[in-house]
This record gives sequence, structure tokens and C-alpha cells, in this order.
Amino acid sequence: MLLCGADIIVRTLIEQGCNTIFGYPGGQVLDIYHSLHKYQDEIKHVLTADEQGAAHAADGFARSSGRTGVVLATSGPGATNLVTGIATAYLDSIPMVAITGNVPTSMIGTDSFQELDITGVTLPITKHNYFVGSIESLADTIREAFRLAASGRPGPVLVDIPKDIQRQFCEYTPAPAVTADEPFAAKDIRIQEAAKCINQAKRPFIFFGGGLVSSGAQAEMLELADRIDAALGCSFMGISAIPTDYPRFLGMQGMHGRYACSVAMGKADCVIALGTRFSDRATGGLDTFIPDAKIVHIDIEGAELSKTTRDTHALRGDIKKTLEALLPLISKAEHPQWKKQVADIRTQEDSYRDTREGLTPLNIRETINRCREANMPVATDVGQHQMWSAQMLNFSRERTFISSGGLGAMGYGMGGAIGSAMATGKKTLLITGDGSFGMDLNELATVVTHQLPITVILLNNRVLGMVRQLQDFFFDKTYSNTSLENRHTDFVMLAKAFGADAERVCDVDSFEKALKKAIDGAKPYVIEVMVDKDEYVLPMIPGGKSVNEIITKVGD
Amino acid sequence: MNRYTIAILVRNQFGVLNRITSMFRRRQFNISCLTVSETESAEYSRITVLFGGDEGNKNQLVNQLYKLPDVISIKEFDNENTVSCELLLIKVVNCAENREEIRAAADAFNAKTVDYTKKSIVMQLTDSSRRIDDFINLMRDFNILEICRTGIVSLERGESTIRKITNL
Repeated sequence: MLLCGADIIVRTLIEQGCNTIFGYPGGQVLDIYHSLHKYQDEIKHVLTADEQGAAHAADGFARSSGRTGVVLATSGPGATNLVTGIATAYLDSIPMVAITGNVPTSMIGTDSFQELDITGVTLPITKHNYFVGSIESLADTIREAFRLAASGRPGPVLVDIPKDIQRQFCEYTPAPAVTADEPFAAKDIRIQEAAKCINQAKRPFIFFGGGLVSSGAQAEMLELADRIDAALGCSFMGISAIPTDYPRFLGMQGMHGRYACSVAMGKADCVIALGTRFSDRATGGLDTFIPDAKIVHIDIEGAELSKTTRDTHALRGDIKKTLEALLPLISKAEHPQWKKQVADIRTQEDSYRDTREGLTPLNIRETINRCREANMPVATDVGQHQMWSAQMLNFSRERTFISSGGLGAMGYGMGGAIGSAMATGKKTLLITGDGSFGMDLNELATVVTHQLPITVILLNNRVLGMVRQLQDFFFDKTYSNTSLENRHTDFVMLAKAFGADAERVCDVDSFEKALKKAIDGAKPYVIEVMVDKDEYVLPMIPGGKSVNEIITKVGD
Repeated sequence: MNRYTIAILVRNQFGVLNRITSMFRRRQFNISCLTVSETESAEYSRITVLFGGDEGNKNQLVNQLYKLPDVISIKEFDNENTVSCELLLIKVVNCAENREEIRAAADAFNAKTVDYTKKSIVMQLTDSSRRIDDFINLMRDFNILEICRTGIVSLERGESTIRKITNL
């Protein structure tokens, strides 16, 4: 049928299985918005407070559903506001299609109003991007964007569409939703070599990241762990991939990881790394990182193999497919000594447990764990609250921890929570801090508009806690520009002004009561939890250092 | 620091050179020379790049380049199995006292005179980069007005081609 470009865009999105799109209108996307109005029964548009919120929401939608998130923005400032959101998705390998309008083709390159070279701007933060130069290529370009976003290592793809293309007419032929490229296993010879290495391990450790979830290889990984009697640990991006209480699982490793996980991994003689890119936050100093271990590294992305670490066996391939081929070559093994060693490390970890009363980070997390079903999605912003959540919250279902890892973008959380709540239709928690909340509280408007079942737990310590902690440790307690005390923001009044319910709590009992009430209710709810500004995220391995220098309590 | 020559077969469309060189920039590689042209198929372009770096960085760069959907395949060249050449255009001052010496040098290198005026001579030389360097050094005695060289192009000896390479 003959359709205008804008209709082709919307019809192609619908045909590709997109039923929710996040965005913000503007001059160069008026036609697309007109078309979205026409097709509103088939595709729901979520208007956010700004484009950054929309991009984070599309990202949160993708993280919690596994489906490609879609965001739409106008040219110029609309497009630049997407940048942090696209970069977040790029660093965490989240499938996303970003669509931007641009000025008419005839005006491109003339610095016209709100014209911007967004394909140039997003070159280093997209898997690929397109400038659509002709109406004939429009539908296929969008289809190709969906294929690329979801294939191999997922990531964001941007499609920039000039206004005149949106208005031209062209024959549109519906097509089925594209499928991601067929996953492939690593080469046989590499698998055989890796199997030999794994079969010789005496202290095996499996370290997994976000790639495990993208590949859906949890069952194969757990079978491997049982077969070789391995300990399990994850990177930040691996959180919620397997249940927190899985017996072999030691939690997150790295700079602010769990003591037991970082220490045990440091003692392993064979680390099997699945879908992780060994970021500096995981490794610390590379010279002293897992010094005794051979590394078997499996990743779909060849560029991540031997990038930061000295991989003994680098296997490029889909994790699930590769493990399926690997498992028959692995012999059953038991390592009672290693098990005992890991158990002792866990006992040591227990001895570092914070036993204080009051609204300490541990008591806050335990209260959340008591009130929340472990399968309820949790989004976070970035900072101390994020690391506290990553360390200690209980998870029982994959894709329920929604947080900006690689980019560490403050202001991610509210958008992430909106995306998650839209994707699941279920109650979602947002854990944030007063610093981060200052960057995304405008999205409360979106939460209220759509009456999303989001409960915000705002940990207010009146400082930028994570930076302040670093100033404490490394800058002689010179707190340059990390105090928010003079802001005097009344967050309860602020939340109510947006139309959400809100209350402030100053002790564990009232926090528990408030949280239960918020979770049981359907309305958007903000709970401001007053936290002491001198609370730390511990343990901590200082940047570039080894696990031997782990700080487990203040004064170490 | 080692020097590497790689050829990158890419989709022939606008912006592709930018995507490739952007990857070099992001990894902080300085490109010594670069040639781009269409290939036996108009669908593909071939980019030949000469750059310096260490082995680890080079491998990292090649892996990163493979992340670009426009990249079809990459060939690293070694000296043994490669034919390479460059083209030089050089303009020198033409004067009575140097004319003979310039002609002798040009003959020795098989350089061709492509423009001749009372005041200048433009010569063209196609050869290995090393021989072109040597010729330029010889000409330094005769007041070089300007130089333009294309940068290296390379092909593997024998029947194998860049399109047969896969990144697995």
C-alpha cells in the first residue's frame, strides 16, 4: 500500500513487534507523532519529561523484557538529550533502536534551526547508525536496525530520518519481525582445549556477567558448576541472572563486591568467564588480578577476548551453544578442599557483618528484602545506594535488577524503573539517592501520568555519598562540592507536588511500615529514608589495587 | 613500536571512512598513511592503512574494527607474502646547473617526467615506499617544491583474497 514515510516508520515499528515507544515530540518529528496518534491502538507512546528519561526508559524496558527498547526524539536538542541514554545502553549491551527526526534533506549541512549531525555525535556509542537518505530505503533500514540491535552482542542502533522523507509517499509491504542472527558455538578445537583446562582445575571459579543473561545460558552454567564443583560469582551486570540464594553463589565480585566473592576468585586456579568484559571495576590492578588462575573466556564479542586480561583460552561464541558443546567433554569432579576454603572465606565474610542498629545500609537492605518479593524488579540510580543494592538485595528471577553499570549514569534510575514497570506491568522499586534523584525526579511526572506502580526508596544522606566516600579515603576528608545540605529540598512535599504519595522515615520500623504500605498500594509512592552521611560502601578495593588490599571496615 | 599494514574491506557507502578512522582515533593510533578505493565490486571499498603500535594494541584494534557492521574483512600484511607499492608525484626546481643530475637520478629510479617547464619539473614514480623515500632523499639536494604520495597499497601474493577471510 502507498503510505507516507511517517506511517511507514510507525507501521514498521509495529511489524517489528514494538508495542511501546518512549519519546518526546518536536518540530522534525511532527509527522511521526501524527502517525503515532493514528496507530495508537497498536502502539503505545509514553511521553516522558525529557528525552534522556525516554532513552533510559527504553533501556529499562529492554533490560527487564529482553526485547528491543525503542525511543523517539526530535532533531537537535532532542537528539543530544538521548546521548547519555544511548551510551548507557551501549556500555551495558542493551538492545535499543533510537529514532530521531532531522531537518529536511535540502537543509542538511546548512546549520538550520535544530539541525544536528546526530549520526556523527553517536558514532562511538552505537553499534551502528543510519541516516535515511531515501524513502525507498526507510522500512528496510528500520528492520536492519532491529536485527543489528538484537544480534550477537546486543546494543543501541540509531536511525536519523529527515523530515522530507517522513512526508514522501512510497509503497509499503509489511514484513515479518526480523530475527536476530543465529547464535553460534565457539570453534570445536577451542572448546576441546578449554575442556582440558577445566578438567585439570583444582579450584574452579565461574565468573559471569550480563552476557549470560543475553544468551540465556543459566541452566548450562549451573550444570557446569555442579559438574566441576565450582564456586560462582558475578560482575555487576550479572546480578539477578541466578537466584541470590543459590548455594554455590558468592554474589558480586569487584571494587565494591562481596568479600567472599572477590577473595575466593583471587584464590582460584581456573576462572571460567562467561559473558563478561573484565572491566576495571571487576579486575582492579591487572598485574595482581586472579594471579594463579588460567582464564577460560567465552563471549560472543571477539573484541572482549584478551582485551584486559591474559585469557588462556579465548572462545568466541554464544555462551549457551558453546557450553552445550563443552559440557559433554567435562568430567565430574569434586574438590572438597576448595569447598572448605570457600566456606572458610564465607565465615570470614560473616565476621565483617555490620551489627549496628538503626537505618544502616544493611538494615535498610534487610528491610527491603523482608517487604519485597524477591522476583520484584528493582531499578537503581548510581552511587552508594546502587552498590548497597547490588551487594545485598535478594533476587530470584532474571532481568529484575535494572541499573546503569558500565556508564554509571546518575539519573538513570527513574527512566529505568518506568521502562521496567511498562514492560512488566508489575510493581517496581526504584532505589535512589538524593544526588541521583536530583537528576531524574522530573520523571515523577511520567510515573504519575501513567499511574505506574513504582515505589521510590530515596536514601537521603544530604551528600553525594560515593564521591564523598572517595574524598574521605583519598582526599583527606576535604569535601569539595559534595554536600547537598544547603539545598533544603523537602522531598515529601516535592513528591506530593508531582501528585505521588510520599512520606519521610527516620527509623527501621516506620520504614518497614511505609514500604509495606507502598508495595501493597497501587499508587506511585516516594519514601524518603534519612541516612547518616558517614555511611560507607564496604568492602572496597581501591581503584587499581588487588583483593589483598580490600577494605572491610572503616579504619582499615 | 612496530609498523603494521592492514587492508580493510568495507561496504562502499558514505561515512564508512569516518567510522574506520574514528576507531583508530578512539584507540589513539596515529595513521601514517591511508588509501581508499573502490574494488572489483562497486559494493565494496578497500582501505589500506599503515600505522605504528604494539602487537597487543594492534590486535585490539583489529578486533574493534570487526565490531563495525560495515567491515567485511581485514587482512594483515607481512613482508614475505605481500606485493606493495606507492605512487609519488614530486615537483623540483628546474635550473641549468641541476638539470643533468636530476635527469640521472630520475633515470636510475625509472621516474617519469610528467610535467616540464622552464622553472619546474614534475616527476612520477611508482615503487616500494622504501625506494620512494630514497628518491625523495636524493631530490632534497635540488630544492623540492612539493610532494604528494598516495600511500601504500598492498595485495597478498598468490590466489588468496581478502574476501575469503572470516573473523572466527
